[in-house]
Amino acid sequence: MAVKVIIPTPLRAYAGKQESVEVQAATVGEALSALTARFDELKKHLFADDGRLRSFVNVYVNDEDIRYLQKDQTSVKAGDTISIVPSIAGGTGN
Amino acid sequence: MSHAPLKIRQEMLRRIHAHGVETYPHECCGALLGRDGDGSREAIDLLPLANRRDDSPRNRFEVTADDVRLAEKTARERRLELIGWYHSHPDAPARPSEYDRDHAWPWYSYIIVSVQNGVPRDTTSWRLHDDRAAYDPEEIETVAHPASI
Repeated sequence: MAVKVIIPTPLRAYAGKQESVEVQAATVGEALSALTARFDELKKHLFADDGRLRSFVNVYVNDEDIRYLQKDQTSVKAGDTISIVPSIAGGTGN
Repeated sequence: MSHAPLKIRQEMLRRIHAHGVETYPHECCGALLGRDGDGSREAIDLLPLANRRDDSPRNRFEVTADDVRLAEKTARERRLELIGWYHSHPDAPARPSEYDRDHAWPWYSYIIVSVQNGVPRDTTSWRLHDDRAAYDPEEIETVAHPASI
């Protein structure tokens, strides 16, 4: 089923400069896989080398954080909107 | 890759410095709201935010996703864009750390102010490479008044 993925402004350059992309998926994991299959350059900004979502990348279905749902197994239905929101972290590391 | 300078008013830099002094020896953080387009970028306003890293605020900062969404909403309400972030490095150079690089995205401007013994020193800005391997320094151009982009 078709779900909309909102592309955050910093990553639009890697998604054909689009604000949103429609993908066919039954779960959040499938949606992100479909998205990165279409736009390979997005992958390294969303996923770490081990294939997991980067720790600072948060995903919402409509307004719900998937960490409090079924994570990447969270099911999606036609018309749902997936948002990708970073948390911003850093520091001296000293 | 070269970028246009980040334009910012001196008064805004002073507010970033003041925030870094206020939270010293902890790191401060906040959002840069502004405009980006046609090869020009300008920070128009700031949104100071709480450092959510209660466990290690002297050498870490975190802006939660909820605060990021608040910053995006605030930018939209002010007809601006969320163009980047600022944070302080207490008693450390104004250079991005490996930890900074691991937690960054390209496109955003990342301003870092070094606060040494409670006094603001160097201020730098950085943009992450497309391949995530390193940062490019971003020139900071102080302006008297906001330019129209």
